[in-house]
Amino acid sequence: MTPDQLKYSSEHEWVFVDENGVGLVGISQHAADSLGDVVFVDLPVVGDSVDQFGKMGEIESVKAFSELFSPVGGEVLEVNSILADAPDLVNESPYEKGWMIKVKVNDATEIENLMTLAEYEDYVLESESN
Amino acid sequence: MTSPLLSQLQQESRKLLMDRSVEGRVGATLPDLDVPECELPSTDLIRDDLPLPEVSEGEIVRYFTQISQYNFSIDNNFYPLGSCTMKYNPKLNDLIASMPGFSNIHPLQNDATVQGALQVVWEVQEYLTEITGMAGTCLTPMAGADGELAGMLMARAYHLDRGEDQRKVVLIPDSAHGTNPASAVMAGFTVKTLPSDNEGNTDLDALRESVGENLAGLMITLPSTLGLFDRNILDVTRIVRDAGGIVYGDGANLNALLGRVKMGDLGFDVIHSNLHKTFSTPHGGGGPGAGPVIAGPRLVDYLPSSLVCREEDGGEVRFKQSTPEKSIGRMGAFQGNFGVLARAFTYIRSLGGEGIRSISDDAVINANYILEKLKGSFDLPYERVCMHEVVFSARNLKNNCGVSALDVAKRLIDYGVHPPTMYFPLIVEEALMVEPTETESLETLNTFIDIMRTISEEAHSNPELLHEAPHFTPNSRLDEARAARYPDLRWRPSHGDSE
Repeated sequence: MTPDQLKYSSEHEWVFVDENGVGLVGISQHAADSLGDVVFVDLPVVGDSVDQFGKMGEIESVKAFSELFSPVGGEVLEVNSILADAPDLVNESPYEKGWMIKVKVNDATEIENLMTLAEYEDYVLESESN
Repeated sequence: MTSPLLSQLQQESRKLLMDRSVEGRVGATLPDLDVPECELPSTDLIRDDLPLPEVSEGEIVRYFTQISQYNFSIDNNFYPLGSCTMKYNPKLNDLIASMPGFSNIHPLQNDATVQGALQVVWEVQEYLTEITGMAGTCLTPMAGADGELAGMLMARAYHLDRGEDQRKVVLIPDSAHGTNPASAVMAGFTVKTLPSDNEGNTDLDALRESVGENLAGLMITLPSTLGLFDRNILDVTRIVRDAGGIVYGDGANLNALLGRVKMGDLGFDVIHSNLHKTFSTPHGGGGPGAGPVIAGPRLVDYLPSSLVCREEDGGEVRFKQSTPEKSIGRMGAFQGNFGVLARAFTYIRSLGGEGIRSISDDAVINANYILEKLKGSFDLPYERVCMHEVVFSARNLKNNCGVSALDVAKRLIDYGVHPPTMYFPLIVEEALMVEPTETESLETLNTFIDIMRTISEEAHSNPELLHEAPHFTPNSRLDEARAARYPDLRWRPSHGDSE
């Protein structure tokens, strides 16, 4: 997965929706870097349903505790259970090994509410200068 | 050198009490039954899921003494935990607080029978009001955050009284204590973060842009969590007050200002003081603390209840409990954590005015000594004279050697020193926040400096040593995040033979 294939939310989560309408969700490199060393990730369980921009879990780093929000709504099909024992994968590989959940996307048009990589980069720059 | 027997003993020493149980062993001898025997109530009411350990008195005393020795406290060694002011607490404080007239009284006793205790409360109120240059003090908030909430509820009551219920926004600099935003939100406000300028002061342009008729006030920690005195503070308080806002001061770092700066003179409307930090009462084990709220003229009528007042009638002095006219109500039961107040009273009285002033002198000198001696080994994000604490950054060690602030902190444990506060304030990367406090000797500071320099050298020569630290504790790296979320506080049979 390369960052330019993904769509981003203002809460710094990304999603990649495949041809079967399954969205792979994680957090951006920027989010991982600003959190610092991640020490804990709490994710939903398979079968849960999540709303677009609704809470999907929690993440804790040596610095801070934050909530995770799903960039798309739908049923959780799979959870990256390795993160329970190796939360540092979120720092090492936020777009590959550090993925968080797979979601059966309910409404494909929700993707239109998200940002492209270029838009997201502008958004990050803008929020940092504020 | 280790041996099979040593390893075995080491394992046995870590057994929990239940695993030390031997069937039939007892720790107490009951006297003969000298009353008529009767049937127990239905056995359905008796739990059998919680077996008791069968151990002798000697075994149980050793067990608890041994585990108490795993603990680290200010009575063990140096404890430079930034922002927490882990200074030595004189034992005289405890002696006075445990006098029967203080420790054996009940809060529901008639005031006439506890005049001495009420006098202590009144005097502490007066001392804090004088030391901070404010107008009145309520001692009942139970800890710092409770004092913050009290102050913000007072600010809200003040605005509502004036018919200004649109004042909803509280500004909080990014160098403030983490509890400040939570207190403001709990009091019904919304929070806007103010950036610091590149010298660590409040950014005045950002402040000017943020004040308006929605401004409820500002919460500022002085000195800030960067250990810096905000050089713009007079402008900050003026801008906020001119815009109709209340200025809240987080007094958690008050030991840097004692006898030198009065918060009231700087334009603060309300502050809190952590007695368990500045006024030397034990803390670090979860309390009890005390976070008195101290108000200036604009907010003094809104103080929580109850206060103690002194009345003189025909030469007879009496101390009475009273409630301020527009009080926000109670923040804690009775007179708060009275034992903490008695300790703070003892501390203030035994030091006197000159002694109080020497606290801030020594706290600031000690921190600056460490700053000067260690700035070659660790990054200093702000090249300035600091106050009572100094914030270093381990970012160069992280970039050059792969050694993080956490690794440095863990290695300090091997040298017998409590780690400093880490990763806070959030605006400093790989922060290590060192507060030596005023009670440490030059020798202790020099030892700490040697240790920190050695760790910095180890980071370059043998980073693995730091990654794997601590080496000499019963447990090494713990999964602290998981321990906090899923605490395992109860013994359970290891092989599921019950439940």
